[in-house]
Amino acid sequence: MTAARRERVRTIVYSLVLLVVCLGAWQAVAGAGGKGGKGSGIPGPVAVAQTSWHMLADPFYDHGPNDKGFGLQLGYSLGRLVMGYLAASVVAIMLGVALGSSPALFKAANPFIQILKPVSPLAWMPLFLYTIKNAGQAAVLVIFMSSLWPTMANTAFGVASIKQDYLNVSRLLQLSWPRRFFQVILPAAAPAILAGLRISIGSAWVAIVAAEMLIGGTGVGYFVWNEWNNLALNSVIFAILAIGLVGVLLDFGLGRVAKLVAYTE
Amino acid sequence: MAFLEIDHATKFFPDPDGRGQLCVFRDVAFGVERGEFVTMVGHSGCGKSTLLNIIAGLETASLGGVVLEGREISGPGMDRMVVFQNFSLMPWMTVTQNVRLAVRSAYPSWPSRKIEEWVERYVEMVGLTGAENKRPSALSGGMKQRVGLARAFATEPKVLLLDEPFAQIDALTRGVIQEELVRMWTASRNTVFMVTHDVDEAILLSDRIALMTNGPDARLAEIVEVKIPRPRFRSSIIDDPEYARLRSHIIHFLVERSRHLQEQAVAEAHTEGSRAAGELIPTR
Repeated sequence: MTAARRERVRTIVYSLVLLVVCLGAWQAVAGAGGKGGKGSGIPGPVAVAQTSWHMLADPFYDHGPNDKGFGLQLGYSLGRLVMGYLAASVVAIMLGVALGSSPALFKAANPFIQILKPVSPLAWMPLFLYTIKNAGQAAVLVIFMSSLWPTMANTAFGVASIKQDYLNVSRLLQLSWPRRFFQVILPAAAPAILAGLRISIGSAWVAIVAAEMLIGGTGVGYFVWNEWNNLALNSVIFAILAIGLVGVLLDFGLGRVAKLVAYTE
Repeated sequence: MAFLEIDHATKFFPDPDGRGQLCVFRDVAFGVERGEFVTMVGHSGCGKSTLLNIIAGLETASLGGVVLEGREISGPGMDRMVVFQNFSLMPWMTVTQNVRLAVRSAYPSWPSRKIEEWVERYVEMVGLTGAENKRPSALSGGMKQRVGLARAFATEPKVLLLDEPFAQIDALTRGVIQEELVRMWTASRNTVFMVTHDVDEAILLSDRIALMTNGPDARLAEIVEVKIPRPRFRSSIIDDPEYARLRSHIIHFLVERSRHLQEQAVAEAHTEGSRAAGELIPTR
């Protein structure tokens, strides 16, 4: 057995042990607590598994505003995510390229960015609600705010660190602005930009749950809140796991794109 | 006036401590005729790559300038193309894409088919057929510089600028690519200005060799003519008596005179007073 293979086996074993420990701890918490063997009221793994099975068996039903299938809710959330994220990414890449190409502009804009960056995207919600008076669009704007900064910062960094050699060649060839942008600057900075896009989609997915809890109506965030109001903790735990899984898939997808644009000098 | 005229070019760089400026080279003046191959030889720091960049339009002379076909150079242009020491290929582009980027710039009005044929022709000329879809990271140093040569020649520049093009290529491959360069140049007859450390390379390729004194405050000391008839081959040129004479002359220059001449210039400048060589001059 090679060293690499041995390590892989060890990883799998550790992973399985962790899984068993987690499930065991969960079961223990679920079973412990209340008097008379009633348990803490937190559903155990088996109960959640049963609920999950029901949820996944019929994910797209629609029985009115307070009773929609989980798949449908996930669809609403992903729709908002895509809109806010794509718009933010386009804006962030444009701004990032501008900031990365001009040190003076970067220095001038940096204080403003530093102040806005640590603000939770949810803090913008009241302003958005007041100005556009549409809860759904306000949530999309929250996603926009949450995925703006990492992409912008990484793009600026990527563009600022493009090797002078490539810029010299594009000067010698007198590339027009669009050709320089699409054939030199974007591909040269693409690995850094993708790193930013990956961070952004993560923070956008984190923000959407909270935003939807606030606006209500549709989406996984609203689903979680609604199930809490129903005291259906089974469904809440199921939703936590499902949200995590979707986050992993989103990151995996962008990871594949990052591989496509990677290059070695 | 020559086809390409270096007109009393002087270059200052900001001094490291930022108080003034340091002269890299001073008052360099010579002409290159159409179709001529001129090489500049000198020690590191004499500013020969800087001069090449000034001709390319990537930098500007502090005083004086460069005139090509009677017009002063004010920036980069498709009439000049550089082959770089570090190749400077776009690492995210394949061989074909790298050459195509240049061809599209040189011939913006050409239809795609003609551009493709042209790219293919030059890729074939440098013997990279079969490696068209490889990226630079998958190529050896020699192959990378073949792409560099294809990219430069494919734009058919009036002046080809070679910035120590073979310095990063292993000695055996270097000879092969030098001969390929000669073959391509013989066919195209571009005007060439090359910068190198390698005396043998300079003699093999050049019509004339410009010798620079040491920097800072380097000067153009002399220009020697290479009277060895073409075609020249690496294998036979070393038996030419002119080759031995030239080689010894240039190496003597590099080892001793390049330094003496600089010191002499410094001393003279001191007696003149104001134009102290290598000394800080106030920022203008």
